[in-house]
Amino acid sequence: MSDSLQRTPLYDLNLELGAKMVPFAGFEMPIQFPAGLMAEHLHTREKAGLFDVSHMGQIRIAAKSGDVKDAAAALETLVPADYVGLAAGRQRYGLLTNDEGGILDDLMVANMGHDLLVVVNAGCKVQDADRIEKALSDRCVVTRQFDRGLMALQGPAAEAALAPLCPAVKDMRFMDVIETELAGVKVTVSRSGYTGEDGFEIGCAGADSEKVARAILAQPDVLPIGLGARDSLRLEAGLCLYGNDIDVTTTPVEASLGWAIQKARREGGSREGGYPGAEVVLKQTRDGVSRKRVGLLAEGRAPVRAGAKLFADAEGQKEIGVVTSGAFGPSVKAPVAMGYVASDHAALDTPVFAELRGKYVPLHVRAMPFVAPGFKR
Amino acid sequence: MTTYYTKSHEWIRVDGDQATVGITTHASEELGELVFVEAKDEGTEVAAGDAAAVVESVKAASDIYAPVAGTLAGFNEALSDDPTLVGRDAEGEGWIFRMTVSNPDDLKGLLTAEQYKSL
Repeated sequence: MSDSLQRTPLYDLNLELGAKMVPFAGFEMPIQFPAGLMAEHLHTREKAGLFDVSHMGQIRIAAKSGDVKDAAAALETLVPADYVGLAAGRQRYGLLTNDEGGILDDLMVANMGHDLLVVVNAGCKVQDADRIEKALSDRCVVTRQFDRGLMALQGPAAEAALAPLCPAVKDMRFMDVIETELAGVKVTVSRSGYTGEDGFEIGCAGADSEKVARAILAQPDVLPIGLGARDSLRLEAGLCLYGNDIDVTTTPVEASLGWAIQKARREGGSREGGYPGAEVVLKQTRDGVSRKRVGLLAEGRAPVRAGAKLFADAEGQKEIGVVTSGAFGPSVKAPVAMGYVASDHAALDTPVFAELRGKYVPLHVRAMPFVAPGFKR
Repeated sequence: MTTYYTKSHEWIRVDGDQATVGITTHASEELGELVFVEAKDEGTEVAAGDAAAVVESVKAASDIYAPVAGTLAGFNEALSDDPTLVGRDAEGEGWIFRMTVSNPDDLKGLLTAEQYKSL
């Protein structure tokens, strides 16, 4: 594999566990372990799976004033979410937008009490940190923690597996964040993830990552899970993959991510707009958009993949959109997909047809997620 | 009956000009559990190297190529109901399609079992 690829702090452990490694976003990452993608996916839905997501970027933002609300207000100039109103110990999803309202990245922001902890996608982390630093450095200290480890423990057995190592997790609910100790290591723990299941994301110093991972893997019902299953799990959960389902050519409104813009930042809200591309997003929210991201379920068994063109008719006459993510859903037991369609074809249960090897296979617009969420509210 | 192999990991078992084609056990292990298998329609004429079928895992679709020129002569319908049959018996019950070989001499250009193993 290329010398230029980076390794996560769990690289050696991944190899020891038999991972098949592939290049992903500049890192050598485990695509699957010996159990295989299908078994890993199902295990995560039934028990608990541990994912190495250390390639993602962790960034801390501290206000020079010392008041976390000032850091939150500063970040709101880049992200159309309500972070000023985010309580200490809570985490919230958000989007970095550009001047056209396009999405530069999606991210999680946690109010750690004294500062903000931001987690961004691996492929975007340098440009995100540059952008945040440039915009906020007069008011905030922005610290890149790209050498830290990050792992996700996901599945209905996640709490039972983590609690013996860290009893405090039992009292957490979905989107809570704490700083605590796990197996004697200082960690950040959030009750969140990217699978639609209950679970936790655990950050720690790079050097401590293997110790934490080994302690979790030693618990009953926990298996290591690769990026392959991570992708099919998040797709069944209806969650966007940056670069596939959202990018600079899609706006939050087109992407059906309006829920990531809280009331305070919407038209008539106490802090309406005030982020890059706000006029575009506000106008789209008011007037509507010509295309929308929707969930798609196929009638047959043939998976419809990213890039497949979508048509209104079975003859391929009227093109109305494109699939942005598609796979066979191991838990749904059928092909699952999401994509963009013309807004007049975006209503639930609208039939659409995907071009597949010269044929037009029937799908329907369906509600996401495709699996019932397992979050502990 | 003789079985030949391709560098792209198909096997072809031939009796006269009638042949059965599938993917090798090695290829099946690399792909993981299959979720869908489909071949082009019976009667389709194919050149050597043409995509004649597709096998899909959760994550990806892979073309299966005609090892030699010929005419497709049927799909293993058992795979429509249970594509995982390929994973359990890739070089037996998990065959993918039958074909009539245009020119049996073309088979000489393929790999023997020993040659395939040494790849």
